[in-house]
Amino acid sequence: MSAVSPRVAVPKRPRVRPGAISLTALTYAIALLVFFPVLWTVLTAFKKEADAAATPPTFFFHATFANFQAVFDADYFTYFKNTLLLAGGSTLLALVLGLPAAYSLAFHPSKHTPKVLSWVLSTKMLPAVGALIPLVVIYKRVGLFDTRLGMILLYAAFNLPLVIWMMRSFFADLPKEILEASIVDGAGFFRIMTRIVLPLTAPGLAATALLSLIFSWNEFLLAVNLTAANSGTLPVFISGFQTSEGLFFAKMSAASTLAVAPVILAGWLAQRSLVRGLTFGAVK
Amino acid sequence: MVRDPKGAPVAEIEFQDVGKVYADGTRAVDALDLQIQDGEFMVFVGPSGCGKTTALRMVAGLEEISEGAILIGDRVVNNVSPKDRDIAMVFQTYALYPHMTVEENLAFGLRLRKLTKTEIGRRVHAAASTLGLEEFLQRKPRALSGGQRQRVAMGRAIVREPQVYLMDEPLSNLDAKLRVQMRAEIHKLQRELGVTTIYVTHDQTEAMTMGDRVAVMLSGHLQQVDDPERLYARPANQFVAGFIGSPAMNMTEARLSRGDDALIVNFGAHRLAVDPELVAERPALAAYENGKVVLGIRPEDFEDAAFTPEAPPERSLDTVTGLREALGSEVLVHFSIASSSSVAPDASEFIESVGDEGTIFVARVHPQTRAREGESLRLVVNTKRLHFFDPETGRAIFAEAGAQTRMTVGPRSV
Ligand SMILES: Nc1ncnc2c1ncn2[C@@H]1O[C@H](COP(=O)(O)OP(=O)(O)OP(=O)(O)O)[C@@H](O)[C@H]1O
Ligand SMILES: [Mg+2]
Repeated sequence: MSAVSPRVAVPKRPRVRPGAISLTALTYAIALLVFFPVLWTVLTAFKKEADAAATPPTFFFHATFANFQAVFDADYFTYFKNTLLLAGGSTLLALVLGLPAAYSLAFHPSKHTPKVLSWVLSTKMLPAVGALIPLVVIYKRVGLFDTRLGMILLYAAFNLPLVIWMMRSFFADLPKEILEASIVDGAGFFRIMTRIVLPLTAPGLAATALLSLIFSWNEFLLAVNLTAANSGTLPVFISGFQTSEGLFFAKMSAASTLAVAPVILAGWLAQRSLVRGLTFGAVK
Repeated sequence: MVRDPKGAPVAEIEFQDVGKVYADGTRAVDALDLQIQDGEFMVFVGPSGCGKTTALRMVAGLEEISEGAILIGDRVVNNVSPKDRDIAMVFQTYALYPHMTVEENLAFGLRLRKLTKTEIGRRVHAAASTLGLEEFLQRKPRALSGGQRQRVAMGRAIVREPQVYLMDEPLSNLDAKLRVQMRAEIHKLQRELGVTTIYVTHDQTEAMTMGDRVAVMLSGHLQQVDDPERLYARPANQFVAGFIGSPAMNMTEARLSRGDDALIVNFGAHRLAVDPELVAERPALAAYENGKVVLGIRPEDFEDAAFTPEAPPERSLDTVTGLREALGSEVLVHFSIASSSSVAPDASEFIESVGDEGTIFVARVHPQTRAREGESLRLVVNTKRLHFFDPETGRAIFAEAGAQTRMTVGPRSV
């Protein structure tokens, strides 16, 4: 290290290379491409139905809140409440069932662990449509059709593999000695979980919960076939604006905007804890 | 529970024929028999993979005991959960709780044990002041230096006031200077607290300087357990002889023969008369007369003949200085012996040796030696301190049964 590097003399100001500029431009272009449908939906939500259906599409129009009024009048809040309960309830249930499973798979692996894991995942491989008819029949027979409980159970089952897989890998990344130290210190399963494991995997837990929430929030196929007036969710509500009398594009967009807004908000709020580092100077 | 007259619990630890086989069939510990006395500082030392950590973790309850029994006090703990064993452990990686402050780290175990707030505060602050951690109590581990983290790990063990401390290479992540300093601190602390301690290390210097007794392990087998002086002076076999001491003991194949008035050991072109005192100490040597043995000579049992002019020729050997390493307070002289080196079969991978020109010996001589590389040198050997091993078994040759009993020596009063 004693040799003086000539590079030291170069001024600190970073030089912007042409390559970097085009890369940045490309990034913005892709971001815009991805974001455009969302933007268009939001814009359409403020148009009159006539403007919304116009070809070619109009970018300049007189903004109106009428669509939102119509959406609220069409019982938005009932569907919103259903969605909230279903997404929240199913995520909670999936976590309550999935965390202990992930814990034991991560910390007490056996030679069957890989098989259990692929079995858990295999339930995700079946297309939901394939299970639809039996589900409708069964749910009607046992009285779970169009109930919130039924949908919570179903979504929890769908999210369980995700929870188990993700949380298992977050748990497995924890230094084993930290858990052992807490065991020697006198902590039992519950304490280890609440005082050591979950605080240390909080960012991972937040990410997992968010993914589970989003899935339940946006799920359409099962919701549209298994629910009616009692437990319908926002995606079902949105599709309701596509009636036999025609498409109500603007109202549908307003409903969509109101449906995704909470999810986007939640994701934005969780961002801080999502990107926070996982372990901080635990060992060595 | 047994209590001593002062009312404190007596924490002896006893391994009774303990074995450990992991799920994949690896045998990590085999037939371990060992008693550790109350208040004793016992060091487990041995090369990597010899089963030290496994043995320690079985005491902690973090590893199931496959065979035999472990007793703490007078209680078999095989099926006692770690939290009920009244032990505290210091991990090699420290394993601090990263999301808690130093204070919370120290208090965690006490809170779980439902101690009162004032008692917890008292103990935490006592430990913090003992270890010089007061100013860091509100910091998280990531904002501490390696040495400070190590102290917190120690503190977490101290506050618990357990019957037994278990320490797994707690200093191996520190730099050399800090390691020496912490070594002294841990030793002092253990003396003051008088808590039975098992300390695992692969560093023989650490073992020798800290331990009341040292248990040397190899491939899951206990080789010898003794206090450091005896371990050094009377190694039970070739492995222990080569592992303990630095530079390592020189070893070579040799023949014993009867001279005019003494037993002669012949190796390469050299002959040394074995001191009669040593022969008396090791009566079993007689059986090897006219047979092969392995001769061991520690580097410090050589001296440049210029500094011991009165030494008789039958204790001297003439050689040519190979490498000369001046270390200030001493000089290490490497020279070659025209004979094959000898290491016990199971120890061979751990002991350096060889070269085509025969065995390289190392002598530790007076710093003012005139030895020059490539020049001839006369060395005098302290023939009272020669070591002899059976070439077949690698066991030290003592009295008839001596080599056997030394292998499983019981506890001595500390
Ligand atoms: N969980 C395990 N499963 C299978 N084998 C293991 C397991 N843990 C350790 N071993 C094996 O048991 C033997 C002893 O391991 P141990 O960790 O006790 O060694 P050690 O003396 O502490 O070594 P080191 O000085 O490197 O820490 C090794 O051969 C190791 O590979
Ligand atoms: Mg180890």
